[in-house]
Amino acid sequence: MNALLVICGLGVFSLIAEILNFKKWLITIVFLGLFAAVVLVALEFGTSTSRFSEMLLFDNFSLAFVGLISVITLLWFWMADDYFRLHPHITDRTAMVLFTVVGAMIMSSFNNMAMLFLGIEILSISLYVLAGSHKESLFSTEAAFKYFLMGSFATGFLLMGIALTYGATGSFQVTKIAAKLAGHGSDLPYFFYAGVLLMLAGLAFKISAVPFHFWAPDVYEGSPTAITALMSTVVKIAAIAAFYRIFSMCFSSVHSTWAGALQVIAVLTLVVANVTAVNQNSVKRMLAYSSVGHVGYILIAFVSNDGAAAGTIFYYLAAYAIASLAAFTILSSLEKNQQLITVENFNGLFRKKPLMALGMTIALLSLAGIPPLPGFFGKYMVFALAIENGYIGLVILAVITSLIGVYYYFRILIAMYFKESHEEEGIDSPSVNLLIFLLIVMTIGLGIFPDSLLNLVQ
Amino acid sequence: MTVFLIFFPLFVSLVLFVLRPANAKVWALAGSLVELIGSLVVVASFVTNHDYQFVVNVPWVTSLGLHFAVGIDGISLLLVLLTTVLVPLIILSSFKTEYHKPATFYGLILMMQMALIGVFTSLDGLLFYLFWEVALIPIYFICLIWGGEDRGRITLKFFIYTLAGSLFMLVALVYLYYQTPGLHTFEIQALYQAGRDLPPAQQSILFWALFVAFAIKMPVFPFHTWQPDTYTVAPTPGTMLLSGIMLKMGIYGMIRWLLPVVPLGVKEWGLTAVIISVIGIVYASCIAIIQKDFKRLIAYSSIAHVGLIAAGALTLSPIGVQGAMIQMLSHGIIVFGLFYIIEIIFERTQTHRLANLGGIRNVAPILATVFVIVMLGSVALPLTSGFVGEFLLINSLFHYQPLLGAIAGLTIILGAVYMLKTFQKTMSGEVNNTTMDFGDLTNHEKLVLYPVIVLIVLIGVYPTPLLNISASAVANLLNIYSNFSATGQ
Repeated sequence: MNALLVICGLGVFSLIAEILNFKKWLITIVFLGLFAAVVLVALEFGTSTSRFSEMLLFDNFSLAFVGLISVITLLWFWMADDYFRLHPHITDRTAMVLFTVVGAMIMSSFNNMAMLFLGIEILSISLYVLAGSHKESLFSTEAAFKYFLMGSFATGFLLMGIALTYGATGSFQVTKIAAKLAGHGSDLPYFFYAGVLLMLAGLAFKISAVPFHFWAPDVYEGSPTAITALMSTVVKIAAIAAFYRIFSMCFSSVHSTWAGALQVIAVLTLVVANVTAVNQNSVKRMLAYSSVGHVGYILIAFVSNDGAAAGTIFYYLAAYAIASLAAFTILSSLEKNQQLITVENFNGLFRKKPLMALGMTIALLSLAGIPPLPGFFGKYMVFALAIENGYIGLVILAVITSLIGVYYYFRILIAMYFKESHEEEGIDSPSVNLLIFLLIVMTIGLGIFPDSLLNLVQ
Repeated sequence: MTVFLIFFPLFVSLVLFVLRPANAKVWALAGSLVELIGSLVVVASFVTNHDYQFVVNVPWVTSLGLHFAVGIDGISLLLVLLTTVLVPLIILSSFKTEYHKPATFYGLILMMQMALIGVFTSLDGLLFYLFWEVALIPIYFICLIWGGEDRGRITLKFFIYTLAGSLFMLVALVYLYYQTPGLHTFEIQALYQAGRDLPPAQQSILFWALFVAFAIKMPVFPFHTWQPDTYTVAPTPGTMLLSGIMLKMGIYGMIRWLLPVVPLGVKEWGLTAVIISVIGIVYASCIAIIQKDFKRLIAYSSIAHVGLIAAGALTLSPIGVQGAMIQMLSHGIIVFGLFYIIEIIFERTQTHRLANLGGIRNVAPILATVFVIVMLGSVALPLTSGFVGEFLLINSLFHYQPLLGAIAGLTIILGAVYMLKTFQKTMSGEVNNTTMDFGDLTNHEKLVLYPVIVLIVLIGVYPTPLLNISASAVANLLNIYSNFSATGQ
């Protein structure tokens, strides 16, 4: 709770920083604020409080996610240094990012459908603006526009779903709806089920699951790289958290309504995303499809056993977020002023910048799920959960898509270690190198001691 | 002690990565020699019975049931010994070649050693899988960074191929994990028990999931298609690691993690697997005969040899498994020697093509003599190490199925055909333009090859101590099968 207030305060503060002439110190203050947020979450951990007439519920699940979001945002601000330094309107951008984070935190701690909607809208509206924040670039504008159109459409679905659920159960409160569903499983009006499926569609859009993923590649590619990194880490974590809270905590007792549809979505997500990623030459598009593909693995955990999946999903997301943050850090430092980063841009990186190559290698190996990196343990737990619950077919499919994943991730590895490059060497930024080093240490640490995170949510 | 053997190479490799000393090869050699001494200490204090010794068991990831459980029994010990003997030789043999980024290169070799020893000593299913996968990463990068032409495509195929096999193994292991009673565990005896209690149909499925993983790693026909290209394209130390030690992971996996786990599955499908292996022997030998490239020829001969080892181990007789154990050692040493000789020839003539060579005996008699000895080991002449292993293996196959034994026996004849032909094409005849200025072995090369010859002859003449090390562990492992026949199942 306190973390949420701190971030809100930071957002408002950065809006007025322009007037107060605090621009120089803004990023430092944001760092301190985020750090304070992490500490506050750690202090609150283990308690469970509801606020605002029980509209927000801070239990261990939401605190763990809020903590993860704060840590990733902290690292993100470090990574996105250029994005703020090289462009005007630093205060507006900072505020927008902070409001995105506020939305993300609400999405992982709501206990009321209205709060869910508010959280999603706070997050999305800020993101629409951020996606278009390279005003002079057509791609950026296009990304913002596409994102906005598709996003509002999905919000419509979600709102309709919430309305129908309210009509059927007479409440917006997640806990009350859950209690009501557990009580009268059978005598619900038929439009309740339509409501559940509409919410499934709306949220599937937010987590970019196939077939609601069409916006993702274009938006990821067109947005400024720093914003793409934000989307594929913080926003993804929040969307999955919201998905989990709704379907596991609220609609768990009507499992049969959505499980079949979700299983189809999971299979489609795995297959379509991984197969499409193979032919992408633009690295940002490839990472976009890969990020869609990872949602597929998370959904398998969800399909297998939504009650026991919280720890697995949390760990998977943490592993995924750190690895993709590392990948985007390296991507954005290679990018300079090009619009399009292709696999060829990575040629010969091992000789030119060994640390970056190492960072990218570890990030890609983790994303591909090679032990002993955290990506492996994430996938392992998904597989184990599915096998335990008898979904062997899904596991075999996931094994095959993992192999396809290796194929496209390793294209970048091969470019880095094998291909020659004729480009001149860029300058090394100590701050970026330090961040890459830190991310490598975090990745390996998370892989060797997975217990540290696993027990947070259980 | 086991922990030392696993983590000391990792420690040295991390030191190399961080400090990047200019003479990385010396550091690596020193490290691997310390490791060798460590393994000799283990041999000296090893008690010859079937128990796991030097056991360490600490929980690692409690929520996943993963324990860091390692220990050494006779079967492990032989392979640990093979690893610790070969790695210093491999490092020493690479001294003449200047690899760019040497610290990374030797660091990766030592990391590989860590993973290999981990594979051979794990007593926990998931830990075994982790080391198994970790072994793939250093060798992949060794091949990718320092390999030959078109290595990007070939090494990727190698990686995906082996990863595919091992992921199915992982699924099988996790399935077994959930069959263990009570609080699930990956502990090896618990997995054995869980596997044995399964109905035959499920054991059959598990048999194939595990067998394919091991067969790809060895590789056994028809899962071998990654192997010749990878062996050819890898830098020589990489080829030595792959053929000398890494393929033994597959056979070790089969002996430790397949035969005792799903006995009914093995009963059901063992014959099929043996037939596949025997087909592979003949097939690979025939291809080896027509090879024009020296390195590829040895790659195919390796498939033939490993096919025989797999077939022998699958006969489930103590002779067969013991033969597999001794032949693993022998093959590792011989194939290392052969690849080193190829490297020596390549370094002086810049070619692997047999047709371009000839007459080396006239200019380099010592090399020719060494080559003869190693070659005789490879074609299993009595009094060489190859003979002991192949004799036991063919013997066991003959008892298992006389016809298969006879076909597998062809391996010796076919092996003699391609090896003697190779000798003839490279060593005998007249010198030509390429081999005219061929220099004989230098002292450094002798330092690498003489131990190889000594080992080949020593194991060939007096294999008993080595056979004794693994005898009771093998007998214990195969107990389950004699119990079966006793109870008439």
